[in-house]
Amino acid sequence: MQFDVLILGAGIVGSACALECARAGMKVGIVEPNVPANGASAAGMGHIVVMDDSPAQLALSRYGRELWQQMRQALPATVEYEQCGTLWVAADEEEMQEVHAKQRTYASVGVETEILDAQALEHAEPQLRKGLAGGLRVPGDGVIYPPAAARFFLDEAIRLGATLLRGVLPVAAAQGRVKLQDGSGLSAGAIVIATGVNTSLVPWITVQPRKGHLVITDRYPGFVRHQLVELGYLKSAHKLTADSVAFNVQPRQTGQLLIGSSRQYSDAVPDVDAAILRRMLDRASEYLPRISELSAIRVWTGFRAATPDKLPLIGPTPDRSVFLAMGFEGLGITNAPGAARLVGDYLLGREPAIDRTPFLPGRALKQAEAMRA
Amino acid sequence: MPESRLITVQVNGKAVSVPAGSMVSAAMLKAGDLCRVSVTGEPRSALCGMGICFECRAVINGVAHSRSCQVACREGMTVETQR
Amino acid sequence: MSMRWDVLIVGAGPAGMAAAVAASRGRLRVAVLDDNAAAGGQIWRRGLGETAEPAKQKMLHAFKECGAVLLAGRRVVQAPEPGVLEAWCDETNVLERYHYDRLILATGARERFLPFPGWTLPGVMGAGGLQALVRGGYDVRGKRVVVAGTGPLLMAVAAHLKHDGAKVVAICEQASMARMLPFAAQLAKKPSKILQAVALGANLRGVSYKTGCWPVAAIGNGRLQHVELTDGRRRWTEQCDLLACGFHLVPNLELPLLFGCRVENDAVAVNAMQQTSVAGVYCAGEPTGIAGVDAALLQGEIAGLAAAGNTGGAEKLVARSKAERAFGEAMTSAFRLRDEVLRLCDANTIVCRCEDVSYGSLKALADEKNNWTDAKLLTRCGMGPCQGRVCGPAVEALFGWKNASVRPPVFPVPIAAFITEPQSEFDNQQALQEMQ
Ligand SMILES: Cc1cc2nc3c(=O)[nH]c(=O)nc-3n(C[C@H](O)[C@H](O)[C@H](O)COP(=O)(O)OP(=O)(O)OC[C@H]3O[C@@H](n4cnc5c(N)ncnc54)[C@H](O)[C@@H]3O)c2cc1C
Ligand SMILES: Cc1cc2nc3c(=O)[nH]c(=O)nc-3n(C[C@H](O)[C@H](O)[C@H](O)COP(=O)(O)OP(=O)(O)OC[C@H]3O[C@@H](n4cnc5c(N)ncnc54)[C@H](O)[C@@H]3O)c2cc1C
Ligand code: FES
Repeated sequence: MQFDVLILGAGIVGSACALECARAGMKVGIVEPNVPANGASAAGMGHIVVMDDSPAQLALSRYGRELWQQMRQALPATVEYEQCGTLWVAADEEEMQEVHAKQRTYASVGVETEILDAQALEHAEPQLRKGLAGGLRVPGDGVIYPPAAARFFLDEAIRLGATLLRGVLPVAAAQGRVKLQDGSGLSAGAIVIATGVNTSLVPWITVQPRKGHLVITDRYPGFVRHQLVELGYLKSAHKLTADSVAFNVQPRQTGQLLIGSSRQYSDAVPDVDAAILRRMLDRASEYLPRISELSAIRVWTGFRAATPDKLPLIGPTPDRSVFLAMGFEGLGITNAPGAARLVGDYLLGREPAIDRTPFLPGRALKQAEAMRA
Repeated sequence: MPESRLITVQVNGKAVSVPAGSMVSAAMLKAGDLCRVSVTGEPRSALCGMGICFECRAVINGVAHSRSCQVACREGMTVETQR
Repeated sequence: MSMRWDVLIVGAGPAGMAAAVAASRGRLRVAVLDDNAAAGGQIWRRGLGETAEPAKQKMLHAFKECGAVLLAGRRVVQAPEPGVLEAWCDETNVLERYHYDRLILATGARERFLPFPGWTLPGVMGAGGLQALVRGGYDVRGKRVVVAGTGPLLMAVAAHLKHDGAKVVAICEQASMARMLPFAAQLAKKPSKILQAVALGANLRGVSYKTGCWPVAAIGNGRLQHVELTDGRRRWTEQCDLLACGFHLVPNLELPLLFGCRVENDAVAVNAMQQTSVAGVYCAGEPTGIAGVDAALLQGEIAGLAAAGNTGGAEKLVARSKAERAFGEAMTSAFRLRDEVLRLCDANTIVCRCEDVSYGSLKALADEKNNWTDAKLLTRCGMGPCQGRVCGPAVEALFGWKNASVRPPVFPVPIAAFITEPQSEFDNQQALQEMQ
């Protein structure tokens, strides 16, 4: 079969790319060895959030959030989009200083925020422990249920004529050809590799699995109202080596709470790690003391695809037929629609809405060379 | 059934008496009250009686999502429908 | 240093108790964990109005005297490493940690529920479910009850309900008489079971027992008012307060799967010594295949003896145990579900009661060749607090979807369970002394 573009991997990123290309009238094939959206897209939290850890990330996540907001009306109810906003919680005066800095950064790219003092914070989230300094509310952020969103993109793409090749494992991709495990092949004008944390098709890039734990509770409607994240979250997310935890609690539309977050590099098995789980929940209960009474229904882990500089790999590779859309660490749900647009821009020669150079895969190649030297 | 001492609990504000040794589910069933309201708003009550179906969840002494078929009644206990 | 149990048993039903009694003969340190407040399991569930059958009294007495420690009110939720398991105690709000040398899983079975229009109405309960609720103090005196579904449990439940003062309107067994005949022949070979059946029959005099008959809908405004039944030719309604409806039993496989035990044909694979595919882990009773109380008692005894190193003693029981297993197979075949009971749902019938997932949405996925993982991800079927214990066997019967993955905790627990360090309950001198 001959395709205009073959997308490898039907996580949220691959599915969003498939929809983008199908909308542009391309003949699209999507290859998924497993159940669509079984990987990180089934494990992640689904927080649609503007992150300011670097200017490039800020631009991409802001772009992603905007696209989610634009799609809002078209999303089926199963996606559970809820614009609950993020509340960055400042524990003390020092963190309150950061709140002000953060507000300036967000304002510089036109993202609306609101500073809450201690009293306003208590009013906004009565379950938070007393004595916190305040917080920064980002009202435009939201929450979705990622597997349903990924499947919606995929189904839409299929409706527009894309072909899903399910249960088929690509083992090599180069020069417009994809070799499958059974020895057969597929060809296309372009190949987009969106295999998440799996780098077997592009062994020259460095993507490390970064394990995270999540806990879901039974339904406690109104227990918290915003996605609550401690201001120290970015410190945790930015640690390059050590294991870390941060307070990160999400209200689901169902009234359930989803509790994160942990980050581990060393651990490549999906088993629950009791020690880090304890640290993570201990941290959550420091901020929300009564959380310890809630009934936990399930605990699971997932792997974020972490690049050395924490930015995703989006764009062309030295093999001009092969494009990447992977390495999204903890932001692939937010960034999927923006990444799909950028991929579409490359394939169709459109002008991108944001600077795409920081995401060029070439830098991964340089990093790999530098490491070899 | 052998006659035994009665225990009184409050089910959604109503006093209900059941024999000592009864589970909270017995009091809720006697009161004719729902154990819980489902995600889409359906009335639900105990199904399995053995702690596996979670249909008998209620708020017992303020603790949400308690399985009423697994908790023994104590004098003065308050029980509410889980909403 | 924390203490190690020579033999740790999960489940204090007939199988677990028999295992404890047998293992204790070897002067070993034996403990039994069970989530109920007292030993007995499902068939010998303790509570209000419980009956005093000789077999039960005998086993409860032997268990009490054998020296094994009963750790009741403990729900085993996870097994963090080999030789260790953790149980949640609601009473103390503590996650307890137990170390063991050999483990016997005797986790029993639960009822299989099948969805049909109206089955979520209050007043519709399991058959064994209603019996358990009555032991929990639910007063059914004067209540009109229809008992329906399939399996030998229906008769037993009806007899108990009658004894408890309910008016049993009808017993509706979906299996046909023709299907059940070979099983009846098996029964005839077992004097003890014949006696049981005769006793049940005597208790049930005056109650109609209809074979080849099943419920098609439960109807009522906010709670059950009547049930619509069919024998495949005609339909009729029966006024009732309660519908006690279960479709035989399914083994509780969550813990065996968590320990990595191999499962074949929906049952834990064991050798003649009840040893599973995991070294040092035995399994006895219903998880190895639904076969009734006599099989559970024998398998428990074999597992207990084998775990205590007395394989000679265990081998003497193997032939009888095999016969009981054959009985179980005949029973399974007699009560196989007819196709009609798998076609009762309409599009709006709820299949997953925790998440209110409808039959229509699942059927649409099944028609497009999706599997259980797809269905879970997309509809959250099986993702609620019962963790698929109710809808799992139902979707397996309806769509052939199999759920073989379990995640700790195997039962929901308060978040606190993960925050505090688990306590090794029996690592102090006092507990040891208590045992001696
Ligand atoms: C604990 C946790 C919390 C998170 N929280 C958030 C959050 O709140 N907000 C947010 O924006 N992001 C969050 N993320 C990140 C987000 O989940 C991921 O970035 C995102 O899901 C990545 O999507 P993906 O499509 O790239 O990868 P995946 O969803 O992993 O999809 C990759 C797909 O590729 C397939 N595949 C593998 N090998 C091959 C091959 N050889 N050929 C073809 N296909 C292949 C896989 O089967 C899989 O379906 C979180 C992640 C984790 C782990
Ligand atoms: C609801 C019900 C009612 C029944 N009523 C009858 C009847 O009236 N007559 C009849 O002949 N047969 C009846 N049976 C069948 C009967 O249970 C079996 O034939 C047999 O007695 C099973 O013995 P067992 O020891 O294998 O399991 P069970 O008696 O089921 O014992 C298993 C025990 O393990 C415990 N357990 C399971 N998982 C865990 C865990 N994770 N942590 C701690 N404890 C755990 C359970 O609570 C239970 O107490 C009934 C079955 C069910 C499910
Ligand atoms: S009735 Fe099923 S858990 Fe209580």
